[in-house]
Amino acid sequence: MFVVVILLTLAFLFLFWLANHYVFTQLDQISPPADVHVDTRTFAGAFMFGLALFATLFLGVVLAVFLTIGVVSGDAERGLLQPLVVRPVGRSTLLLSRFLGAAAVCVTYVLTVYFAAMLITGLTGHWWPDRIVSPGIELAGAVVIVIALSLLGSVVISSTANGIAVFMLFGAGLVAGLLGTIGHALNSHAVTHASTIAAWALPFEALYQDALRMITEKASGLTGFLLQLGPFGGAYVHGWGIRVWSIGYLVAVLALALFAFSRRNL
Amino acid sequence: MPDALAVRGLRKRYGSVEALRGVDLTVGEGELVGLLGPNGAGKSTLVKIAVGLVRPTAGGAEVAGARAGSRPARAALGYLAELFRFPGWYTADEVLELHQQLAGSRGGAAERKRLLELVALDDASKRRVDGMSKGMAQRLGIAQALVGEPRILLLDEPTSALDPVGRRTVRLLLEEMRGRGVSVLLNSHLLSEIELVCDRVAILLGGELVAAGTPAELASPRGVELETDRGTELIAGATRGDVPRLVADAVRDGRSIYGVRVLTSTLEDTYLEAVGGETA
Repeated sequence: MFVVVILLTLAFLFLFWLANHYVFTQLDQISPPADVHVDTRTFAGAFMFGLALFATLFLGVVLAVFLTIGVVSGDAERGLLQPLVVRPVGRSTLLLSRFLGAAAVCVTYVLTVYFAAMLITGLTGHWWPDRIVSPGIELAGAVVIVIALSLLGSVVISSTANGIAVFMLFGAGLVAGLLGTIGHALNSHAVTHASTIAAWALPFEALYQDALRMITEKASGLTGFLLQLGPFGGAYVHGWGIRVWSIGYLVAVLALALFAFSRRNL
Repeated sequence: MPDALAVRGLRKRYGSVEALRGVDLTVGEGELVGLLGPNGAGKSTLVKIAVGLVRPTAGGAEVAGARAGSRPARAALGYLAELFRFPGWYTADEVLELHQQLAGSRGGAAERKRLLELVALDDASKRRVDGMSKGMAQRLGIAQALVGEPRILLLDEPTSALDPVGRRTVRLLLEEMRGRGVSVLLNSHLLSEIELVCDRVAILLGGELVAAGTPAELASPRGVELETDRGTELIAGATRGDVPRLVADAVRDGRSIYGVRVLTSTLEDTYLEAVGGETA
């Protein structure tokens, strides 16, 4: 499986480089109306890197789901879990080990792809994000939350149902982000508020939005406004609040997973 | 010293299905107890509750004096599930090493070598699980259950995938375990196997214990067969205690006696009588 992931990732990075190459080669051909001031290099660089951010999140989520989709239900159905669970080491340790293992793999993966994409955009277009490290950490945090949700799902529902449920949650987060973008463009407080609530209910989306915003946090004027509309959901400042909330959310989801696993018949 | 396994008033309900209906069972120190019953009788549920995989609805089970499922209970037992699998990329030696780590065993390479020899897999220590036959994987499962020298072994259909030679290996292994004072609860459909090795037998039917005792206690007399110069005669209802009188009567009649056989029912007869031919 890892070979497939590596090959797909290399293919993505190659295509991403190709796109960057063409966009920045033809940058001087982008000509906004004379009375509209847009920093085309910042706009192109941030837009391209924003796309990479979404792709990185998506690939990280796919990897997370495939690593954790059947940790309990699937392994129990196949008889892999029972010989381990009856050992003195206990259920909590086993589940937390699986969480940490998946988190270590996914965080490494997300950060690697994130920095590779940043290097590609930076070296090809001579544009670098305003914040280098923090967006990557938030993106990795978003994937860690998905891992916890997937583990919880694997305790209470079957592998197939869990895979569907996690991708539906991911899709719901994406829709919440797009809703926010629409609300922002229409200047609709109600729609934006609904989007914010949904993003906090699914904090991996809020972390993604926060990471997206951080890469262009110094951009202002029309360039800043356009970038805030962002690809695949808007870029919004959630700040330290979402980081603290995400940690609490993660702990709560893991605690729920451990409790459910301790009571589950195998 | 507490019993290796003590089950008291054990009940388990899965929705509308009552898998266990108040079962009492003990496995003493160094005792080998066979658990029999048709499919769906509740045997695997009982074993799963004992090892902490399933939570009882009522009643309870203790392993070596500790509540089933607790850490001390898990530390005292070895378990072979009816359906189990090890990761295919592990070698036999690595499977045992993993379970040594999980069980906190300090036996090291010497323990692994001894266990693989016990189940006749010493030549396959470096073979990957996905390259093993079903029988080899089953024997590896038994070796895994023995990691850490458990006080009680709970084996759920340990010989289901084995050929006759493999079954004999397991039978000898169980006898050796008994010799070392290890208690065993053996859940099996193979009546002959149970009859050969078990000290006591318990028969479950519909979640209830319908018969329990030593194979001799469960067997009922079917008569005495006398082989004389006038042919073979079956004296129905006679028992071992009647043999001296029957022989004396035959001699008095001037018959020559070549053989006397006390006939008892087999475990199979007892089992079929207990379950009434029921199967699921």
